Amino acid sequence: MSGRPLLGIIAASEAPSQDTGRLSPAGLMAEAAAAAADSVSFPMAEIDGLLSASAVYYMPTLTLAEHLGIRPTYSDSTTMGGCSFIAHLRHAAAAIEAELCTTALVAYGSTQRSDGGRYVRSMSELLPYEIPYGPRWPIAGYAMRAQRHMHEFGTTPEQLAEIAVAARAWAVENPAARASEPLTIAEVLSSPMISSPLRRLDCCLVTDAAGALLVTSPERAADLCDDPVYVLGAAESHDARYISGVPDFTSTPGAVTGPAALGQAGLDLRDIDVFQTYDAFTISTLLALEDLGLCAKGEGGPFVEEGHIRPGGSVPLNTSGGGLSYRHGGMLGMTLLVEAIAQLSGTATGIQIEDCNTALVHGIGGVQTAAATAVLGTADAR
Amino acid sequence: MSEGARASFPFSVRGEERIYFEGCLDGKLLIQRCEQCDGHIFYPRAVCPACFSRDLAWVQAGGRGVVHTFTVQHRPPESYDHDAPYVLAIIELEEGVRMMSHVHAPPDQVHIDMVVEVRFVSHGGTQVPVFVPAGTSS
Repeated sequence: MSGRPLLGIIAASEAPSQDTGRLSPAGLMAEAAAAAADSVSFPMAEIDGLLSASAVYYMPTLTLAEHLGIRPTYSDSTTMGGCSFIAHLRHAAAAIEAELCTTALVAYGSTQRSDGGRYVRSMSELLPYEIPYGPRWPIAGYAMRAQRHMHEFGTTPEQLAEIAVAARAWAVENPAARASEPLTIAEVLSSPMISSPLRRLDCCLVTDAAGALLVTSPERAADLCDDPVYVLGAAESHDARYISGVPDFTSTPGAVTGPAALGQAGLDLRDIDVFQTYDAFTISTLLALEDLGLCAKGEGGPFVEEGHIRPGGSVPLNTSGGGLSYRHGGMLGMTLLVEAIAQLSGTATGIQIEDCNTALVHGIGGVQTAAATAVLGTADAR
Repeated sequence: MSEGARASFPFSVRGEERIYFEGCLDGKLLIQRCEQCDGHIFYPRAVCPACFSRDLAWVQAGGRGVVHTFTVQHRPPESYDHDAPYVLAIIELEEGVRMMSHVHAPPDQVHIDMVVEVRFVSHGGTQVPVFVPAGTSS
């Protein structure tokens, strides 16, 4: 890699269970935050930066700070969908570099499953020009991406199903995964059609989820804990909010953020040991593989068919089982980060990638119309 | 509709949104043209997203286009009172702009690049554009 890391991550924590019913979303966030701080004996009262996004709280940093009893001097509730927390890392780095704060907490909490799956619907603000037609948010947008990809490139339902099957193959090896029964392509293809060509098993899980990260400058991180994970590069971009505004149904802003984050890190795709990409739907993974450059545009279908993203394949991807089979609390970015950090720390609950020193975390928002990508690494990656 | 009357709509419409939906009540599919770059614009904007000009004119679209992409929705949103399945589509008009709509045709006959033309149908007390296969008798 080249240059100084952007940020050091000194602690990461996620809710131990996926269906709590024990705590509110704010309670889950607060619990994860306290667990993260405790893990490095960092005094909660010294957290002076707070970053959060939420599908349930309009002012999530205010809600969380009040719940925790802290008074941050830097507050950022940037919301660009499920990738927000990945963008927050970049914002925290800038804030710390500018001396707006010294130690920041990035947090997310969701009781989406306990609440009956209402969160994503709360994001389904439509344009007036869309309301008369009843698009089911967000699946309608992803379905239309998949339909167009099939038309342009000959991608098949079987190839999309392979992505769900690969995710499940990782989850089967992860005792913490919600969906742990082996899955076949035939089972995906016989699940109920929701929004063609996407079927129920092309869709992510709906679970509760929460996570928290404690971040500071790279130099201070090395003083505060033994083995910080560093943010080596990060990027964010978006091109549309609404399905009607999607400029290109077969490509996404990941084509911008992937190369930009890698470029800032001074790394190539072949230097990355593990990938975590946001799998709200099978088509999300397919588009990410292409836009990040793991295969050429249009070749995602044959690429996954060759088994590259299954355990033992050439691209260790969504090693927990991902949103399709591990957990998905409505905004998956935090869950992706926590798994990447676990892989880099050698503490993955599922298959641990050996000698894992670099990770690429790629998040999306909207109908894959927003993207944030971060390249993480251990001290050995530096 | 008659001069000065204020139509009511089943959802909130403001400013440029109201002009569009009042056009629908008159059976006109209104889009915009940028007077600076000559590009067409949909949905209606205050600023041209191609050249950032504020000099935009309303024009009536010809009403023909092709299916750019689509999905057959088997599970309508809870708040949407409509028989399922229905064909939700992005239509690319001849003017080069895209809009969300329905295609009124058997779902298994709808395909990308299908040539379609606009019809106005009642929706919640107002009128909205949908598309039918080109040449379908009214």
